[in-house]
Amino acid sequence: MDLFEYQARDLFAKHDVPVLAGEVIDTPEAAREITERLGGKSVVKAQVKVGGRGKAGGVKLAASPDEAVARATDILGMDIKGHTVHKVMIAETAPEIVEEYYVSFLLDRANRTFLSIASVEGGMEIEEVAATRPEAVAKTPIDPIDGVDEAKAREIVEAAKFPAEVADKVVNVLVKLWDTFIKSDALLVEVNPLAKVASGEVLALDGKVSLDDNAEFRHPEYEALHDKAAANPLEAAAKEKNLNYVKLDGEVGIIGNGAGLVMSTLDVVAYAGEKHGGVKPANFLDIGGGASAQVMANGLEIILGDPDVKSVFVNVFGGITACDEVANGIVQALKLLEDRGEKVEKPLVVRLDGNNAELGRKILTDANHPLVQRVDTMDGAADKAAELAAAK
Amino acid sequence: MAIWLNKDSKVIVQGMTGATGMKHTKLMLGDGTNVVGGVNPRKAGQTVDFDGTEVPVFGTVKEAIEKTGADVSVIFVPEKFTKDAVVEAIDAEIPLAVVITEGIAVHDTAAFWAYAGKKGNKTRIIGPNCPGIITPGQSNVGIIPGDITKPGRIGLVSKSGTLTYQMMYELRDIGFSTAVGIGGDPIIGTTHIDALAAFQDDPDTDLIVMIGEIGGDAEERAAAFIKENVTKPVVGYVAGFTAPEGKTMGHAGAIVSGSSGTAQAKKEALEAAGVKVGKTPTETAKLAREILSA
Repeated sequence: MDLFEYQARDLFAKHDVPVLAGEVIDTPEAAREITERLGGKSVVKAQVKVGGRGKAGGVKLAASPDEAVARATDILGMDIKGHTVHKVMIAETAPEIVEEYYVSFLLDRANRTFLSIASVEGGMEIEEVAATRPEAVAKTPIDPIDGVDEAKAREIVEAAKFPAEVADKVVNVLVKLWDTFIKSDALLVEVNPLAKVASGEVLALDGKVSLDDNAEFRHPEYEALHDKAAANPLEAAAKEKNLNYVKLDGEVGIIGNGAGLVMSTLDVVAYAGEKHGGVKPANFLDIGGGASAQVMANGLEIILGDPDVKSVFVNVFGGITACDEVANGIVQALKLLEDRGEKVEKPLVVRLDGNNAELGRKILTDANHPLVQRVDTMDGAADKAAELAAAK
Repeated sequence: MAIWLNKDSKVIVQGMTGATGMKHTKLMLGDGTNVVGGVNPRKAGQTVDFDGTEVPVFGTVKEAIEKTGADVSVIFVPEKFTKDAVVEAIDAEIPLAVVITEGIAVHDTAAFWAYAGKKGNKTRIIGPNCPGIITPGQSNVGIIPGDITKPGRIGLVSKSGTLTYQMMYELRDIGFSTAVGIGGDPIIGTTHIDALAAFQDDPDTDLIVMIGEIGGDAEERAAAFIKENVTKPVVGYVAGFTAPEGKTMGHAGAIVSGSSGTAQAKKEALEAAGVKVGKTPTETAKLAREILSA
C-alpha cells in the first residue's frame, strides 16, 4: 500500500522525523482556517500517488487565506496523469531552502535484505541522479537484525558525503526514519527533498511511504490508511469478499486458482485474443485453493457484474482440491446467483484439469447449463473464451 | 538421487496439530513421506493418529531432532508465528526447512533470512509462501499433490504452486526427479539459482524446467547463472506478460515496478542464455518433450 504525502508526513511526525506542519482537506473553504493558523500563508499541495505534480500545477503557494481557498479550488478535482485530486494538503511554507538532499530505506529484493540510499543531490527523482551521476548516490546495505543505530547512520552520512555542518542532523533523521521503517513494516520510506533551510535545520519536505500489506495483521492503523475513494468499485467489492482481484481493461473475465496459474491464464487469453479482434483479459481473480461453491459464486458475481466482461473463462487445475468439487461449485454458484434473481447472460468457458478432472467434467456435462461450455485444454479454452468475447 | 529430498528424509511438521498441518500431514504420509514427528510445545508428549500411523508430538524442533534424527522440517504455523518457528528450526540446525505459510510480513522473512546467515547457513530454507518440494515416489514435503506425476528425469523449479502442478501434469508421462516450489514472495530462501545448481549436479536429472513470474530480477540472475554454469538443457516459462504496472498480482512479490520486473525482460534474458521459453505452459511442456526425445 502506497501512502499519500500527507499520510507519510503524519507517519514521519509520529516517529519524530522533522517535518513541517500540514493538514489534509477535501473542500476548498477549509484551507482558510488552516492558513490563518499557519500565519496567513501556506502551500497548497495536491495529494496524488504519482510523481510530477509540481510540473502539472498541483503545488501552489498562497500568500493569504483567501488565496489558499482559491488555489485549493483550482487544484481539487484536477487531473494529474490520470489521477483525480480528491484531497489537498495545506502545508506550512518552507523556510528558505539552502540545499536539497535525498534519503531512503527500502527492501532490497535481489540481495534479500534492506538498503539505504542517500544523496546530497536531492529534489529530483533519485533514479535520474543514479543514471546521470551514479557517484552522487550512496547505497548502503542494512542488516535486518542489526538495523540502523547512530554508528550505522554516520556510515551512511559519510558514504553520501553530507557536509560536516549537517552531519549530526542527518544522522538524527536517519535513525528516526529507520524507526519509522521498522515500526511501520514499510517496504519504502523516502524523504525527497530532505532540505537544509536557512536556519540550519534539516527538514523532511516531501516523502513517500509504501507499507507491506502482509503486515496488516499487526497494524490495525493500516485500515484507516486505505484509499477507499480511489479504489475501483469492483476491486473494492472483491476486497469486501476477501477475493484477490485486479481490474484490467479487457473483455474476457478470468477466474482461476493460484496466482501463477491466473497470471498465466491472462497471458494465454491475450495471445488467443490476438486472433479474435484483440480481446484481452478483463481482470485477475485468484480464488485460491478451496474454491467452494460460495467462493466461486462470490467470484462469478464480481466478474459478471463487470459491464466490460463479454465472456468468462474459469481455469482451474485441481491440486489438493478435487475438480468434482470445483465443478459442483460452478453449478451451485450459477444456481445461487439465479436464485438471488441475478440473470446470468454471459457465456462461461470452463477448463478443469488435474485431480478428479474426469468426474468434474462429467458433472458439468450432466448439468448441461446453456451458458457453460467445457474445453479441456488451457490453450483451447482460452481461444474459445476469446472467440466468444469477440463475437459479442 | 534427486535433490534435497529422498526416501531417507526424516520429516517433522511444525504446526502439525493445526487444521492445515493435520490435513497435509495425512496427505504427506499417504504419499509415503517419512513423517517422524510434529512440534507443538502445548501438546508435547502426545501422539496423533493418522489412519493408524502414530506420530509423536515434541515440544521443540531440537527435541524432535534428538529423538528422531529428523533432517527436514515443514512449517505450517500461522503467519504471525512463522518467524519464530523458522528461527527455532535454524537454531536447531535442521538441514532443510520448508516454509509453506502464506502472507508473512516481509520484515519477518528478511529477519529470519538474515538470522540463517548469521548462524552460518546450516539450514536450507525453501519458501515462504511456497507449495514445497516433491521427489516423486520417494518423499513429498508440503502441499504438492503427490499423484500428479511419477518419478522421471525432469527437474522443476517454480515460483508458482499451481503452475508447478500444471507443468507436472503436462509432463506426467515423462516424470520428475524433483519438483521444488520456491514461492512468490519478495524475499525467499532457496532461489531459482540454488535449484538450477543442484539439478545440474544431480545425475538423475536430464532437463530442467524453470518457471518464473513478474517482479524482482531473480529470473535475470538465473539466466546469467545458466549461461555460465548449466550445461543441461533448460526450458523456461514466465507468467505475467499482461500484468499492469504497479499492481500486485496475487503473490506479494509479483509486481512490475516502473520498467523493472517485467515478463518480457525475463523472457529475453532467459532466451539470451540459450533457454527455450514457451508462450504458454502447454507450449513449454512441448519444448521440454522435443528436447528429451531428440
